[in-house]
Amino acid sequence: MALHPILAALRKHKSGVVLISMQIALTLAIVCNAIFIIGQRIDRVNRLTGLDEGNLFLVTQQWVGAPSGDDPAGVEKLDSMQKEDLVALRTLPDVASVASINSLPLLNSSSNGEISLKPGATESKGNTRTTFYFGDEQMLSTLGLRLIAGRAFNTGDIQHHSFRDQTEPSIVIVTKPIADKLFPQGSAVGKVMYLDGGTTPTTIIGVVERLQVPGSGSWTNNFAYNATLEPTRIDHNYARYVVRAKPGRLEAAMRAIPPTLYKVNPLRVLDDDSVKSFADIRASAYRADIGMAILMGVVCLILLGVTAAGIVGLTSFWVGQRHRQIGVRRALGARKIDILHYFQIENLMIAGIGAVIGVLLALGLNAWLMQHFEMDRIPLAYVLVGLVALVILGQVAVFVPARRASNVSPVEATRAA
Amino acid sequence: MFSYYLELALRSLKRSPGLTLLMVLAIGFGVSASMTTYSVFRAVSGDPIPWKSSQLFVPQIDMWGPAGRGADGEPPNALDYIDAVALMRDHRAKLQSASYRVAPTMEVPGSGRHPISISGHAVYSEFFPMLDVPFAYGSGWSVDADTNQAAVVVISGKLNQKMFDGQNSVGKTLDIGGKDYQIVGVLGKWDPQPRFYDVVDTGGFDTDTDDVFLPFTRAIAVNMNNAGNTSCNSNPAEAGFAGMQRSSCVWIEFMAELDDATAIQKYREYLDGYALAQKSAGRFTWAPNNRLRDVPAFLDNQHVVPSDTKVSLLVALGLLIVCLVNTVGLLLAKFLRRSSEIGVRRALGAPQAAIYAQFLTEAGIVGLAGGVVGLVFTALGVLGVGMVLPKDIAALAHVNFSLLLLTLVVAVISALLAGLYPTFRASRVQPAWQLKSN
Repeated sequence: MALHPILAALRKHKSGVVLISMQIALTLAIVCNAIFIIGQRIDRVNRLTGLDEGNLFLVTQQWVGAPSGDDPAGVEKLDSMQKEDLVALRTLPDVASVASINSLPLLNSSSNGEISLKPGATESKGNTRTTFYFGDEQMLSTLGLRLIAGRAFNTGDIQHHSFRDQTEPSIVIVTKPIADKLFPQGSAVGKVMYLDGGTTPTTIIGVVERLQVPGSGSWTNNFAYNATLEPTRIDHNYARYVVRAKPGRLEAAMRAIPPTLYKVNPLRVLDDDSVKSFADIRASAYRADIGMAILMGVVCLILLGVTAAGIVGLTSFWVGQRHRQIGVRRALGARKIDILHYFQIENLMIAGIGAVIGVLLALGLNAWLMQHFEMDRIPLAYVLVGLVALVILGQVAVFVPARRASNVSPVEATRAA
Repeated sequence: MFSYYLELALRSLKRSPGLTLLMVLAIGFGVSASMTTYSVFRAVSGDPIPWKSSQLFVPQIDMWGPAGRGADGEPPNALDYIDAVALMRDHRAKLQSASYRVAPTMEVPGSGRHPISISGHAVYSEFFPMLDVPFAYGSGWSVDADTNQAAVVVISGKLNQKMFDGQNSVGKTLDIGGKDYQIVGVLGKWDPQPRFYDVVDTGGFDTDTDDVFLPFTRAIAVNMNNAGNTSCNSNPAEAGFAGMQRSSCVWIEFMAELDDATAIQKYREYLDGYALAQKSAGRFTWAPNNRLRDVPAFLDNQHVVPSDTKVSLLVALGLLIVCLVNTVGLLLAKFLRRSSEIGVRRALGAPQAAIYAQFLTEAGIVGLAGGVVGLVFTALGVLGVGMVLPKDIAALAHVNFSLLLLTLVVAVISALLAGLYPTFRASRVQPAWQLKSN
């Protein structure tokens, strides 16, 4: 089909053409960026924690009138209280294993620091950021971490000290990203490093494949899987226990916790948030991301709907306006399919122009968002898929009015306008 | 004349119900998406204490030096104990208070009832008058109580409701952390958002209000642990809470009231003088690098408004623009379809102004209808974001009269703007040409 008549007709209603292509361009720009945001959020939410998350829950409790832990006697008292709790929890019928722990991935309560290969390296530059997990010999097995080198902690390894005691441990387990970064050649097991600018050497005894840090915000992006596990029970006026329930017994195990702990020692605080399944921890950590993705999704749907409806509306108007011309063409021998194609090609051209401008706008908008907000560069694939999608949307939207046009009878040519 | 245009407009809109519905829905969607995201933005970017925020200042002192500064050269956003107490002792502002977050346990009287955990802040007596904290019963404590480390407490209305059924409980005692505290005041409703007196620990927003406020000096004396964030650039040399108080770890918030430019200038000079004195004492080895921001500037500096909120608002405004472009196209089609009618009116003597009035009335009605649809969608939208946003922010977004009014106004104004170009084109219709062609 010759494009000339279409171009000539387009020139007749420039403003309509400009408006539709502008609308398509803007829609493409916004939808591409919105879908890119959705994609990024989904990637974030799907990140693995390294835990075997099913059947896992966390107990956070606080003792009333407990010693401060600032003197050795207080620390011992706190530690024996903690051990009493652990023993009681480990004997519960629905519980598979229990470990003392200071935090969990996605809990957003963390203790972070730095690792260096040299002693006394207080300047942050060149140090490796890490989060610290403190726990006992059952920590690895309860969390379901995968040990890929060295060994796990055993009972003899476990130390205990006050919350504010910053003594460096003599042995630790690190995650693979830390091991790879510090010791790119060869195994990290048996190697020595220094924590938090200290001068006491710490030996790596094992490497776990993956363990995410507790912070889920973007501030942890550059060390999201840098975790160091210390064989230490932290003694403080509150304590956390991570519990793995027997398969299918999560709820029963969770329900059994408060009465069991109150029986050990009634002088403690357990409230609604004290026993929390890992699924709940995950949901609250990612609530903002999922909310943002839903919001962007709704905006995209409205945008595409409005743009499609706009195309239908304006094309319908054009069809109505050109009833007589269509009749003339039909009378001169144009087939129905020719008329259909005419409107489809016309739309293809308008949508095509709009989409090309839209691609530029999308990249511009992305660059602007990158400058002002935490945003990555949009992959070209997103924009190209968006381009194709909008052209298809245009074709779908134009089909109904175009078919109505193709049904205009040749007899229209003889009627007065 | 207006009622005539109104009638014409309604008749015209009724003639093509599909197109009309499309325009009304487009405006409705565009406006409600913008208003929904705006309701969230408005909630998080609000000034929590508008009548006084420009007189309340947050001092920052660079106790970590160049190695501890971020890429932007900013000192820490909180104070260590040494500096906070020094600033309190020097008392150079009209009113000032250091504060830190506490989460002690509290005994609940009655047999078989378990203790509960309460949240609060350890503050100085000037905290209450400085922040215009409203009291339902009693008042804050005296300066003497600060000095004497008195066991007194101000409780929230909520805790008062829970423990004393909302009765005046001033003079009664509460067992907090194993010690008796005498209640001296009960707060009225006070839930400022953003939580400007403790941005460091809340990030700006908090679904829970503070249950208690007790004297800072008392909390330190009984070793009440900091329940908020602690940041250290090096490990404390000594162990325990006492060691923490002698370290450069930051965990204390500070606010000062400075009423005029002279007072602000003087306080800046005081901070610089203080930092210089620390330098000559050998504690700092760098030049003073202090900050003194008022509450709005500090909230901005701490990025209290989540970037998600800003991006959503921008995207929603983009949606509104697309909807308007869409409406321009549809109105253009609709108006130009009536070229012959316009031609007749013009030929009969109607001036261009009359054409403007007629078609802008029509656009305005579309806008008004879109606004009404938008009201419903906005209400649903705010309800919807309440379900998907983080709880601390969702709790703040709400529908009120001003939001609804704004929805209608924005809808009508956008429709009128969208109607301008089509109306301009309609007014330019040449009567002679139209009459001839028909």
